[in-house]
Amino acid sequence: MAKGPTVVELLTQAQVEGLSLGQIVLKHQAAQLEVTEQDLRQKMLANLQVMRNSVAEGLTGKRRSMSGMVGGDAKLLEQRRQGGQTLGGDVLARVAARALAVAEVNAGMGKIVAAPTAGSCGVLPAVLLTVGEEIGADDAQLVEALFTAAGIGIVIAAQASISGAQGGCQAEVGSAACMAAVAAVELAGGTAELAVHAGAMALKTLLGLVCDPVAGLVEVPCVKRNVTGAVNALIAADMALAGITSNIPLDEVIIAMGNIGRAMPCSLKETALGGLAVTPTALRLKEVFLGAGQD
Amino acid sequence: MELSAFDIIGPIMIGPSSSHTAGAVRLGLLSRAILNQEPTEARIYLHGSFAETYRGHGTNLALVAGLMGLATDDERIPEALQLARARGLEVSFQSIDLGDVHPNSVKIELRGKAGRRVVVTGSSVGGGKILITNIDDFAVELSGDYHTVIVIHLDQPGVVAQITTLLAAAQVNIAQMRLSRQKRGALALTVLETDQEVQATVLDLIRAMPAVNLAMTAKPLV
Repeated sequence: MAKGPTVVELLTQAQVEGLSLGQIVLKHQAAQLEVTEQDLRQKMLANLQVMRNSVAEGLTGKRRSMSGMVGGDAKLLEQRRQGGQTLGGDVLARVAARALAVAEVNAGMGKIVAAPTAGSCGVLPAVLLTVGEEIGADDAQLVEALFTAAGIGIVIAAQASISGAQGGCQAEVGSAACMAAVAAVELAGGTAELAVHAGAMALKTLLGLVCDPVAGLVEVPCVKRNVTGAVNALIAADMALAGITSNIPLDEVIIAMGNIGRAMPCSLKETALGGLAVTPTALRLKEVFLGAGQD
Repeated sequence: MELSAFDIIGPIMIGPSSSHTAGAVRLGLLSRAILNQEPTEARIYLHGSFAETYRGHGTNLALVAGLMGLATDDERIPEALQLARARGLEVSFQSIDLGDVHPNSVKIELRGKAGRRVVVTGSSVGGGKILITNIDDFAVELSGDYHTVIVIHLDQPGVVAQITTLLAAAQVNIAQMRLSRQKRGALALTVLETDQEVQATVLDLIRAMPAVNLAMTAKPLV
């Protein structure tokens, strides 16, 4: 295994000290940054507030992206949910609509929290705010869940990558889904061990996902892949809470993700030279939205 | 440096891209600090992916916002061009091939209110992190993550020693330092990245050195 922090180290420390992963991460960070845990909680609370605002703004459907390709879809799904018509049920629709909402705000140059990146910013708020509502969590619990997610993200960044240019979309939305699944299980009261299984299951199913943005913009397919990441994280959390485990440990899934990223051709890593980005429709959209007025 | 929780959950930023939007704001901010005056004119040359996708990512808006001192989470970034016009900052954009540099690179020719001109080249290297690589034909490596002192001085013995002595006396610890010169015996540019802020009084002492043409400081970017 490569050097740097690992999930199993976090897990062992959490179990030895009788703390959650989030509490262990908080403790480490306070020591590393030489500040109090209370200061860190306060700072994370500001992130949580921006996440909430971006959900609320996105659901209004008012913001459109710079190219005009995306915007307004969160509102459509939210309306269908409010009408009680969804096939997947209310919670699933709420998660999906919120993931769309935040990703649309991002595409429209609104204010978001990168988590871990701007392109994948819809996953964590969608999952955590919705699970938080379902279990009646307060802000302190949500903040702790964000530290859980951050701890997993730090490991992924050190052992693999959280950059689409280096690892494809699996490194962005895959990482976000992994972080969200782990955090959701802890938020719902599951053990750290179960939480880590959820993360492994969430990331495994997104391995190999390429980054092939139309016209090189964080719009198509990025916005909708945030939904995939969020819904996938929710289901992985439920599976783990039901006692389903991952046969491959999360640390090894993360290493595999990094290796897959390195093996991925450059054309599928944020260069817009392959995949969906070079479909006839994508090339036509690029021409329509960006061709006019090009210097 | 090990990542912090806020490198993963954060920054709070205006979308859509940490590299093409937030990083571009930070490039603008650091260029503004290097100019060390209110900018009145900016000729902006976009290279590579910046040139290809700047409209869709608002890279142009983000750069101008940074030049005006707006932070990465300022909701006025989408209106940066109108704001620049209102503030009397004239901007222009062109594509350029800067050669073998990072795909997200930009060269900015700046003129300030008091007439100072500077040419800054830099790259957005991912996740909002940036690197200024050239100031007025001096090769530099400037991240904006630290307190920064930039000194343009005569290329002669003892100048760096004098600067570092002044910093040491002020209990300022140097994290990184780099000196570069255009040619021997001409001008040199020294960049010091420090753990503590360099106070105005210390900066004045550096400016008062006979060999020093120009000295300025920049705070760490947020």
